[in-house]
Amino acid sequence: MAEILVYVDHVDGAVRKPTLELLTLARRIGDPVAVALGNGAADTAAVLAEHGAVKVLTADAPEFTEYLVVPKVDALQAAHDSVSAAGSLAAVLVPSSAEGKEIAARLAVRIGSGLITDAVDLEAGDEGPVATQSAFAASFTTKSRVSKGTPVITVKPNSAPVEAAPAAGAVEALAVSFGALATGTKVTARTPRESTGRPELTEAAIVVSGGRGVNGAENFGIIEALADSLGAAVGASRAAVDAGWYPHSNQVGQTGKSVSPQLYIASGISGAIQHRAGMQTSKTIVAINKDAEAPIFDLVDYGVVGDLFDVVPQLTEEVKSRKG
Amino acid sequence: MSLRIVVCVKYVPDATGDRKFADDLTVDRDDVDGLLSELDEYAVEQALQIAEEADDAEVTVLTVGPEDAKDALRKALSMGADKAVHVEDDDLHGTDVMGTSLVLAKAIEKTGYDIVIAGMASTDGTMGVLPAILAERLGVPQVTLLSEVSVEDGVVKGRRDGDTASEQLEASLPAVVSVTDQSGEARYPSFKGIMAAKKKPVESLELDDLDIDADEVGLAGAWTAVDSAAERPARTAGTIVKDEGEGGKQLAEFLAGQKFI
Ligand SMILES: Cc1cc2nc3c(=O)[nH]c(=O)nc-3n(C[C@H](O)[C@H](O)[C@H](O)COP(=O)(O)OP(=O)(O)OC[C@H]3O[C@@H](n4cnc5c(N)ncnc54)[C@H](O)[C@@H]3O)c2cc1C
Ligand SMILES: Cc1cc2nc3c(=O)[nH]c(=O)nc-3n(C[C@H](O)[C@H](O)[C@H](O)COP(=O)(O)OP(=O)(O)OC[C@H]3O[C@@H](n4cnc5c(N)ncnc54)[C@H](O)[C@@H]3O)c2cc1C
Repeated sequence: MAEILVYVDHVDGAVRKPTLELLTLARRIGDPVAVALGNGAADTAAVLAEHGAVKVLTADAPEFTEYLVVPKVDALQAAHDSVSAAGSLAAVLVPSSAEGKEIAARLAVRIGSGLITDAVDLEAGDEGPVATQSAFAASFTTKSRVSKGTPVITVKPNSAPVEAAPAAGAVEALAVSFGALATGTKVTARTPRESTGRPELTEAAIVVSGGRGVNGAENFGIIEALADSLGAAVGASRAAVDAGWYPHSNQVGQTGKSVSPQLYIASGISGAIQHRAGMQTSKTIVAINKDAEAPIFDLVDYGVVGDLFDVVPQLTEEVKSRKG
Repeated sequence: MSLRIVVCVKYVPDATGDRKFADDLTVDRDDVDGLLSELDEYAVEQALQIAEEADDAEVTVLTVGPEDAKDALRKALSMGADKAVHVEDDDLHGTDVMGTSLVLAKAIEKTGYDIVIAGMASTDGTMGVLPAILAERLGVPQVTLLSEVSVEDGVVKGRRDGDTASEQLEASLPAVVSVTDQSGEARYPSFKGIMAAKKKPVESLELDDLDIDADEVGLAGAWTAVDSAAERPARTAGTIVKDEGEGGKQLAEFLAGQKFI
């Protein structure tokens, strides 16, 4: 069976969920070979093996943290070269984070391959993997293929279930030689994002978002309280972020995070096209808005026309009491 | 010596219009008005600010697109860019990101540059990868997705807010930069700017001028193929209730019915 390279997104050896989802998709096409880079790379092997990686190629070097993107492209290219020399490589899959897309894109040019970004599904086809994408703020669904080279495809979080599928997961050291461009962009400082203890926005099963209607940073507490009662992540519209009420890292939409949870609850958000671009693929959509004409109501499975300051706390209380 | 800044700007269908695909599965550009991709206004803004800080600088805006794409160039010129380059050729119809980046890279090399500035993503394709590909093709550092940028003594510095960390980046020029919508509000063209833009030079280039063969670009030359595009079925109308004191409880009932609680 052909092999599929899967780029591993991990933090110090802790594999992030989108990578495990990629392994599910990769197994539809071939045998996943995972590529883990940087600090803790080898520690990822056990969980990757549990989810279907037949092999885990690892490399660590200071370049991965001290310089932007390119060292990782050099390493992924080395993995590509070694796997394609040894057998048949059917695709390279990378999680659709901002960095993941840049890594995938540079690799694609180097190996002379077409690139598809932000796939939301993937299946085997006669002429290679077929990717489903959402276009124009998710108002269209397209199916595309790469027609030249080894398909390089980035996949959005929440596009497939995480499934256990034990495989060998043999760890092999990957030999990487860094090119002249690798040290072009220096990372001179890094401030890790503080954990809120809540689920990661793009990975969460439930997202509770607040918009301009929340009317102040101090009021975001009621959005957070609802999120916590449901074990959800907190999102915000750009209007709320621009007003400084909530961090930009929580923005949902075209220029923020794109989320696709089981449940999305929008409070005090009108539903502008740029916001919809980031949440329209959510499975169930709920909105609370005092304006019955707000465009968000066109999207909802359930909507409450009302004041969020009444509805949200009542909902939170009800959720808490039902959960006992 | 003058600092040469090239800004890549894309002409896109208006996101608030009825965007769709044409019969050949390329973007329908006939039935929807186009405009300068809003996210590229941030790139133009940062270019103008960098130019204002420099002793001597020239800002060139560059687009690859159909005839109408001149509108995007005019907008950027009216904001304050000095000149424009328009790559326009019938053979470009249906070009994918690999072809587009090839054309942009050749046009940038022809124009001459110290710094290339792009938006974080277009508002139509929204791939967000073009700047990284340009850096690869040009063989210069990529300093991308910056929410803060400055250029001094031949060095570009910026802040990149990532998923797990915020990073400070630094690279020597020449370099490719992309900026996010957090980099600073874009200025509105003044009346004077709009009038002045009419007199600014717009150079037109064809594929021949860039030594690119027609089969390297266009739908036929694309390395990706779209097999189908279907409009997402309209969502079935949801239940909408008016809060008369029990709205939160009713919503909880719905969520419980869906097994979320
Ligand atoms: C290039 C570009 C990129 C953008 N990217 C994004 C993006 O990534 N994400 C994003 O969100 N936006 C984005 N925007 C902005 C977008 O166009 C909208 O301006 C924004 O989404 C509006 O946020 P909002 O819905 O919170 O505010 P508004 O549109 O002002 O809506 C507020 C809503 O709250 C309701 N409300 C007010 N008070 C209450 C109350 N007490 N109870 C209940 N309801 C109440 C109102 O009825 C109204 O519907 C982008 C714009 C551009 C041009
Ligand atoms: C819905 C849709 C889906 C697509 N999917 C794919 C795909 O999967 N694979 C693929 O190869 N192509 C795809 N394309 C085509 C691709 O979007 C274009 O070829 C495009 O020009 C490059 O990608 P982008 O616009 O998404 O650029 P992005 O990488 O999102 O753009 C970043 C920046 O690059 C600059 N830029 C981009 N295009 C131009 C231009 N023409 N002129 C000047 N500056 C520019 C701008 O500064 C822009 O802000 C798709 C197009 C659409 C409309």
